[in-house]
Amino acid sequence: MSTTTIAISELPAARPFTLRLHDWVTTVDHKRLGILYILFALVFLIVGGIEATIMRWQLVRPHNDLVSPEVFNRMFTMHGTTMIFFVAMPLVFGFANYLVPLMIGARDMAFPRLNAFSFWMTALGGIFLYFSFLGGDGLYGAGSAPDVGWFAYAPLTAKTFSVGHSTDFWTLSLLSSGIGSIGTAINIIATILCMRCPGMTLGKMPLLVWLNLVMAGLVILVVSPLSAAQIMLLIDRYLGGHFFDTQAGGSAVIWMHFFWIFGHPEVYVLALPAFAFASEIIPVFSRKAIFGYPVMVLATIAIGFIGMSVWAHHMFTVGMSAGANTFFVLSTMAIAVPTGIKIFNWLATMWGGKIRFAAPMLFCVAFLFQFLVAGLTGVTLAVAPLDWQLGNSYYVVAHFHYVIVGGILFCIFGAFYYWFPKASGKMLNETLGKLHFWLFTIGFHLTFDFMHVPGLLGMPRRIYTYEPGRGWDTWNLLVTVGVLFQGAGILVFAFNLVWSYLRGKAAGNDPWDAWTLEWSTSSPPPVYNYAVIPVVRSRRPLWDLKHPEDLDWRYE
Amino acid sequence: MSTLSVNLPEGNFDWRLPSRGRVGMYCLIAAEAAIFTIFVVAYLFYIGKNVNGPKPKDVLHAPILYTVCLLSSSITAHAAVRRLVAGNMVAFARFWLLTILLGGVFLFGTAREWAHLILQDDLTINTNLFGTTYYSLVGLHAFHVTMGLLALITVALFYFGARLRSEHADRLEILSLYWHFVDAVWVVVFLVVYVIGV
Repeated sequence: MSTTTIAISELPAARPFTLRLHDWVTTVDHKRLGILYILFALVFLIVGGIEATIMRWQLVRPHNDLVSPEVFNRMFTMHGTTMIFFVAMPLVFGFANYLVPLMIGARDMAFPRLNAFSFWMTALGGIFLYFSFLGGDGLYGAGSAPDVGWFAYAPLTAKTFSVGHSTDFWTLSLLSSGIGSIGTAINIIATILCMRCPGMTLGKMPLLVWLNLVMAGLVILVVSPLSAAQIMLLIDRYLGGHFFDTQAGGSAVIWMHFFWIFGHPEVYVLALPAFAFASEIIPVFSRKAIFGYPVMVLATIAIGFIGMSVWAHHMFTVGMSAGANTFFVLSTMAIAVPTGIKIFNWLATMWGGKIRFAAPMLFCVAFLFQFLVAGLTGVTLAVAPLDWQLGNSYYVVAHFHYVIVGGILFCIFGAFYYWFPKASGKMLNETLGKLHFWLFTIGFHLTFDFMHVPGLLGMPRRIYTYEPGRGWDTWNLLVTVGVLFQGAGILVFAFNLVWSYLRGKAAGNDPWDAWTLEWSTSSPPPVYNYAVIPVVRSRRPLWDLKHPEDLDWRYE
Repeated sequence: MSTLSVNLPEGNFDWRLPSRGRVGMYCLIAAEAAIFTIFVVAYLFYIGKNVNGPKPKDVLHAPILYTVCLLSSSITAHAAVRRLVAGNMVAFARFWLLTILLGGVFLFGTAREWAHLILQDDLTINTNLFGTTYYSLVGLHAFHVTMGLLALITVALFYFGARLRSEHADRLEILSLYWHFVDAVWVVVFLVVYVIGV
């Protein structure tokens, strides 16, 4: 092994705005597409957040009349669809796009043009969805944005009950973003399997790469059924088909199956990349190698497999056979095992480590606690009899927001603080980061801890108002107060992104003293990532570089 | 100026990775297989749930000849790529055009069957549940055959433009993976629609 130092010139002088815009629109560079995905998602995060705020404002007290029932229906449909398909998915794909090639020592994704195509298909999906506010009326003068709920159960989506074009826009939006997702997933798998730098065997890949590999496999297997179901819905709506038309012998329940075959694994599609961020951040900020690397990989694969056999726990209240109920109770509980293994491994990584509570680590520690709670309420919902009581109540809403916000979004925030220096060359401001963390954590717990209670007291989801005196009033007020804190946290975060990008202090190549390959190149990395393709011998190539007296690969 | 540290290998390093085209095509096939699975499940689930006619056994006739055409086109596609590897361009072209012809005959068969069903038997996609599932599943497959044919024809155009060389055999092999997949799906569709479904 010899080490060579290569000089790399800074970015060329600024070019006119139109030329730079043209560069971004026509780019096939994985880093730029990653950033485009993330910016796209951040815009929709604000939009989806405003929709959530409107809902919470409406529910702040009984008999409130901020919005009409119709608008309320549109808000929860748009909020759910936006947050899953145009915030969470693009964030996940954006980070995967940016990080995977850098972490495996490659110069780009396997198919750069497919990558650009996939991003623009996703963007088209977002445009379809929001164009419905303008074009949803169709010729019928009814409806504007979709109002069928984010899982769009039949027969609500039938022409009879959903006149106008709002449901069509919803379907087209999911179909087009689904094509984008499948394209990106194919790209991620091909990149990971075929573009690794010399020496990086599967067992030496960073955990982030492993988890994204499994995530991409899941996307291929579960987003395709969603696309198939959307094609069927389009056939029903445009060609007069009868897939979900119960009058003609069709079945509304089969839509539920098709949707949740996608819908539940989707949680793991989003959670695995979140786990991936935690698996990179926690070791670096504990100054220890990850505990139980092979077990972490196996647990990930187990989550992928079991995750595809739990979908009908969303349908306990529909009335399935006892055999089906039992199967889905047991499979749903079984998935707590590999997930629990992961939590213990992260804890064991921190155990005895020299922990630095910088912003990325703060978010990951909160994630550990919150994800545990989310998993525990998940186990309660896996019990079919309890689910008959709690299904479609605010308890369910609280549970899955605990997973998606408390688990996944916290890790994504951690990832922002951790990798922003790499992508921009500037550190995010740490004081603002801590303020963001505390505002958001307090807001999160106010909103989603207390949201469990009205659910237990019988408050159904998706109601636009409620009667006073049912014991729900105070809880709903507290939940809405939490939204203010979360909103303030997001504003601090957005300000921090902009301010630090313009005024932040320079990051240098490796601000966190980390161990994976992306920290060996400059910040931001050059277009070609690595002037010379690196060669690795262990899971922590930069540790080997920094500590030639204590090489990792001697122990692995 | 910033600096970058990298490790350089000592001597030769044996490092082989799978072809990205092949991996990408296998992933695409997995995604397509998942889509077909959903349509096949819907078809099987809805067998016999019609509330009005016509029923499958009244109107469906198994297209055995066209099935033979499509399945043998897989063999000719494979043979064509073998010839290309060997550098025998004329033999390649013969087999490749035969593949296109066989695929085209299959599509013609589907078109004839549909014309008969629509004009003679009054079965369209909105007639009943059978019509919906039948035209969707068979149509989804026919769409994939069409896409495959367009790809095969593109290659043929490159051949006639004298741009095709035996170095491209690997890419054609990846393309023929897709064609084999489309043929394999037909076996499933055939079983479901013309054997189990009637």
